[in-house]
Amino acid sequence: MMADGALSDLIRVLADRCTGCEACVGVCPTGAIEMREGVAWIGDACNLCRACVSTCPAEAIEVAATARAEAAEGRGVWVFVEHRRGQVAPVVYELLGQARGLAETLGTKVSAVLAGEGVASGAGAAADPVAGEGAGPLAAELIARGADEVLVVDDPALADLREEPVATALADLVRERKPEIFLFGATALGRSLAPRLAARLGTGLTADCTGLDIDPGRRILVQTRPAFGGNLMAVVVCPHHRPQMATARPRVFRPLAPDASRRGEVITFPVDGSRLLSRTRLLDYAEEVTEMVKLEDADIIVAGGRGLGGAEHFSLLFELARLLGGAVGASRAAVDAGWIPYYHQVGQTGKTVAPKVYIAVGISGAIQHLAGMSSADVIVAINKNPQAPIFKVANYGIVGDLFAVIPALIEAIKRRRS
Amino acid sequence: MRIIVLIKQVPESTEVRINPETNTLIREGVKSIINPFDTYALEEGVLIKERLGGTVVVMTMGPPQAREALQDAIALGADEAILLSDRAFAGADTLATSRALAAAVRKLEPYDLIICGKQAIDGDTAQVGPEVAEFLDIPHVTYVRKVRELEPGRAVVERMVEGAVETVEMSLPGLITVVKDINQPRIPSLKGIMKARRATIPVWTPADVGLPEEVVGLRGSPTAVEKVFVPQVERRGEVIEGSPEEVAEVLLSRLQSVGVL
Repeated sequence: MMADGALSDLIRVLADRCTGCEACVGVCPTGAIEMREGVAWIGDACNLCRACVSTCPAEAIEVAATARAEAAEGRGVWVFVEHRRGQVAPVVYELLGQARGLAETLGTKVSAVLAGEGVASGAGAAADPVAGEGAGPLAAELIARGADEVLVVDDPALADLREEPVATALADLVRERKPEIFLFGATALGRSLAPRLAARLGTGLTADCTGLDIDPGRRILVQTRPAFGGNLMAVVVCPHHRPQMATARPRVFRPLAPDASRRGEVITFPVDGSRLLSRTRLLDYAEEVTEMVKLEDADIIVAGGRGLGGAEHFSLLFELARLLGGAVGASRAAVDAGWIPYYHQVGQTGKTVAPKVYIAVGISGAIQHLAGMSSADVIVAINKNPQAPIFKVANYGIVGDLFAVIPALIEAIKRRRS
Repeated sequence: MRIIVLIKQVPESTEVRINPETNTLIREGVKSIINPFDTYALEEGVLIKERLGGTVVVMTMGPPQAREALQDAIALGADEAILLSDRAFAGADTLATSRALAAAVRKLEPYDLIICGKQAIDGDTAQVGPEVAEFLDIPHVTYVRKVRELEPGRAVVERMVEGAVETVEMSLPGLITVVKDINQPRIPSLKGIMKARRATIPVWTPADVGLPEEVVGLRGSPTAVEKVFVPQVERRGEVIEGSPEEVAEVLLSRLQSVGVL
């Protein structure tokens, strides 16, 4: 017997299994579930997120299967190489490290996909296997960091990595070589380019992943990502379409130490530049010179929240950060109060950081804030309220008055240095 | 200028909290709102209309109650609204959502600019904007914080990237996704609220936008959510006690002994 919900052809409650425990009612983010005659009933506010399916202890909720495509084919794990002015974005090395593990489980290769203008210089002739050290500097570094091969597309139309021509070049490459997995950093560029490519290829794309693993039984990529600002984690798969595409959050995966003895192949692909049209053009690129150390790159972050009580007290944090060679972050409460500019904001609607040390000062630790900093190696919380949720994620907690503790910390550091 | 603003109705995020005992989400009287980032997209559309003339059409895909979000958008200055709603649209991932929205946008041609918020606060994917642009074969620019120049066929925008601002020229028709630095959304006017109450909002189905049911909704989605769980963020922490001088010394020693200072 089926309960007759609004989307009963897509999701349904098996009334004979439902125990009436109401666990699903509490977990539904859209409030679509109510109890009718002791049985869960799913209304049309349902967005098929499946929070109820995994919560139900009686396995009484079923969801229909998703889109099927032609038998999925493809081999190889690809990583898109984001670079600017000859510098590879750090997330590329993190992805290569993660891709190595995925490829080893799958018994396949890791390919770094390098597109741009002038990237092939010294990279070796087309399809000519060369040793890592003989390749161009970018390709050699990619091999040292875990790539088995570097696929190069070089054309003036690919300068500045504009989304449209790069998507065209990558789509051609995907159709020719058929990878099973294609990973991008969840950077401004990755999150703009990857959806363009996924739509062109008609395949699935999972955003901002913090977990990437292989289910060897099904030979598919198991992608874990935060949703609802970190309140929920979702496990997403793309079972029937290839490549399985994902953007992955920077500073989550660990890069491999560079190994100059690694060998790999550099393969340059010819490209018809006249097809690489871009309807956007980069006129200017201006670095924001607002901080001594960029928040995203800082090893140490001292962050302030509502407990600071005013803009003038942030000078304490700036002094501590300067002594530690770090940067200053802030909670949304401090930014909204106008005490510090938005670009210092850490959290769901600010920046995601993963420093070695995150010192949260006068920050209560709302889940939206935790979403932006909980992958720090070490978290220190200084707060006068012992009930503040920040203490639950802190490695070291100090319950006390920040206006006494921070000056003492500053003095202690100065004393050690003198 | 004919401007199309794509919005999403989302649960008000502040009402999504975790019950620490049962580890489940707590909802207190679920309230749905326009995705906050989309309010900046709508405001930008209305500001452009006020400056250059034209119309703002707001569109969403969702269950029947998503109509409320469209009415709110009319109250905030949109001229027309269209709702894509049908049980066949349900369960769409970003690809199936974008395909449906793009098909609906095609029915509104010609247009100059599509504006989206940078991402929705429930899914946080930021993918629908660029995917819609690809389906429509128009250029797009994400994370726009300022529309510097706008004329028929051409725009210059400022885009926020990691630690820098790009100035990008784009041809129109095109699509931008905007960040909250771009403007300060207004509150609805009384006149707007009256207009929203009277507005007729057409409801389009897959057939209306010329798509077979297999390519939209759950059936048209390559990705599937297998499981949803509440993250465990707790660490077993050490509480450092003592005078300010004592805790400062202990903390520095701890940080040095774990090798982070």
